[in-house]
Amino acid sequence: MLRRILSEDYPRSKPLTALLLIIVVSLVLGPFLFDGIRAFTTLGMICVFIMVVAAYDLMLGYTHIVSFAHTMFFGIGAYGVAMAIESMGNSFGAILVGLVGALAISFVLSLLLGLLSLRVKAIFFALVTLAVAFAFLSLVTQLYHVTGGEDGMRVRVPRELGPAFRPFEAPLPGIDIPTLLKGLLTQPWNLGQVWQESQFDLRFNGRNVMYYVLVAMATGVFLFLLRLVNSPFGRVLQAIRENEFRAEALGYRTVVYRTAVVILAALVATLAGAGFALINRYVNPENTLNFELMVFILLMCVIGGMGTVYGAVVGSTLFILAQNYLQDLLKWVGQYTAGIPVVENLLGADHWLLWFGVLFVLSVYFFPAGVVGQLRIWSMRRRSRQSPPPSGPAAEPEPEPQT
Amino acid sequence: MTEETTAMPMSDTGAERQRRRPIEWLKDVRDNKAHLFLLGIMLLASVAVIDFRTWLVLTISGVAMGAMLFLMASGMTLTFGLMSVLNLAHGAFISLGAFAGGTVLAFWLDGFAGSPSFLLNLVAIVPALLFAAVVAGVVGLVFEKLVIMPVYGDHLKQILVTVGGSIILMQLIEVVWGPNEIPVTRPDSLSGAFFVPEFLPLIGGIVLEKYRLVAVVLGLAIYAAMLWVIDRTRIGILIRAGVESREMVEVQGYRIHLLFLGVFVAGSALAGLGGVMWGMYKELLTPHMGDEMMISVIVVIILGGLGSIRGCFYGALLVGLINLYIGFVEPRLAAVATVGLMVGVLMWRPQGLIPVIKV
Repeated sequence: MLRRILSEDYPRSKPLTALLLIIVVSLVLGPFLFDGIRAFTTLGMICVFIMVVAAYDLMLGYTHIVSFAHTMFFGIGAYGVAMAIESMGNSFGAILVGLVGALAISFVLSLLLGLLSLRVKAIFFALVTLAVAFAFLSLVTQLYHVTGGEDGMRVRVPRELGPAFRPFEAPLPGIDIPTLLKGLLTQPWNLGQVWQESQFDLRFNGRNVMYYVLVAMATGVFLFLLRLVNSPFGRVLQAIRENEFRAEALGYRTVVYRTAVVILAALVATLAGAGFALINRYVNPENTLNFELMVFILLMCVIGGMGTVYGAVVGSTLFILAQNYLQDLLKWVGQYTAGIPVVENLLGADHWLLWFGVLFVLSVYFFPAGVVGQLRIWSMRRRSRQSPPPSGPAAEPEPEPQT
Repeated sequence: MTEETTAMPMSDTGAERQRRRPIEWLKDVRDNKAHLFLLGIMLLASVAVIDFRTWLVLTISGVAMGAMLFLMASGMTLTFGLMSVLNLAHGAFISLGAFAGGTVLAFWLDGFAGSPSFLLNLVAIVPALLFAAVVAGVVGLVFEKLVIMPVYGDHLKQILVTVGGSIILMQLIEVVWGPNEIPVTRPDSLSGAFFVPEFLPLIGGIVLEKYRLVAVVLGLAIYAAMLWVIDRTRIGILIRAGVESREMVEVQGYRIHLLFLGVFVAGSALAGLGGVMWGMYKELLTPHMGDEMMISVIVVIILGGLGSIRGCFYGALLVGLINLYIGFVEPRLAAVATVGLMVGVLMWRPQGLIPVIKV
């Protein structure tokens, strides 16, 4: 059963399995485990970006196609839904029309981009997508009577997905994990009171419904991509990544495969964009199309681990947690460094991105396989140390970390 | 190609040759001098649509913008051509130069910059330009050693690492100069405009901004200097040879890495120079200004053909001109037209207008 669901692509590392279990449980029981609107937003964003990054990983990690137009498709999805609701009213029909329209536009655009990669070589493709995405961003910003320009658009979701909708009359019980952990660490003798304090009432409303729709979407997309990369199709992609010339010599039409990957990734990004519009209920160029967002997606993909769909889950969770909570940490550190002239500035809460950038560059040098890849390498080494392969050292070659 | 054009008419009669010549010539230009062909078409098409005086002002402004773009883009194209290093952090160097130069103009030598005398202005402008170039160059040196050197030959990692480096540089700019925009006033002698007297035929009555003329002159001067270095000096020979084949230059006993380091530093310095020119043009400095220019820079180097200085120059001119022309007709479409131009050229000639390397 589990084998079928995960397409025989297990985490293959105990710490990684534990990490993934924690993430999955936190996401599935999310609204019951974390109190407050900020935690809820964070959870929603993690679900959205798991889809976006998994699709990006299909291009970057499995086929080594560097595209900077991924946010463009994300934005098409978000704006498609927002504009359909704007003109047709807040019904599920409008959402469907917007989503289908956005998927169609994304399909055509990504097909064109994919065919363009026929003409230009890999490095050009990255630059061309960057320029195209920028042109799209400027178009969206300029056509303000359709898209709202810089101000963006508010998305009036259907009532069933809004805060006014209450499927259950009574509040549901919830346990705030951060409070519980904090209590356990600071006053473990006071167990009863800590337990009392960490309980809260969850008023389950339409936004939670939307959140669970997102969780379902993210699960579906994740399992689909996992299935895809472990299929013969995925093997061809990896062959193209390793040596495109040789893959072509073996009789695979690499252009078809590359185009298919670009289109697939674009469609998934569009879907995620639609989900984003519905959970965030506000789209503007900055939160859907910005180049910075593109860089963030790239960071998530690389930090999680390129070429492992699991990396998308780990990478987007880590990055979004850092984005939302690293500032708090820096603020806390900042209390102790206030007064030291340069350090104070460097550790300012606004400069979390600086430290993330440093971390990113270092991780590309020293852990190019990302979190998932590195955990797998470690556990593989441990396994080969415990049971030396019977047929000499060549049976299980120890993967060296690339430098 | 040239052989064909001379050989073909010989078999024909004289009358046919007369008739055919212009088309043959045009085809020849289109295939062998694509950059001039495109430039000519653009100038002719725009002069047909836009009123002549407006057109002249737009053209000069476009050339000025092209000159600034050329300064910013030339470093990146050479870096790619010589070592096939794609430096996506180039935009951060543009910002860095703008901020360094802006600091000189707005804080350190603001007394000189504000005075009406041209010579006193120069006392502020020249150090600002030099300081911008030096700061960007020094940071470029450190950046090359720390960030780029470990990832030679791996395009994917270069893209990742330089994107990360660009974030770090941009954040450091914010740490040093603060996150707010910094207004920089242009020195007195560079602001204002020339009025061409009314009585002159054709061009009478138009207004030329002084700063744009200065940008054109500076851009042309640096282009000429670069052409001289590349075509006439020993270093230039080595650079051209390195672009053609890195290994062969290494085999001859030259330390190509030192050469590359020099080019990288020079390229960063030029980016800084372009940045300070752009900052003075905009009169407002933001940490993201370099990133915003990166798109135009990328279009320029793709248009010109990666690694080619001449291509970079013509690409910058084309981008500058189309920006101004389309921006005049329909401001919203300027960015789209720029990217459209690039996509069109790529469909026609995937290697760019003046290709030098086989990517």
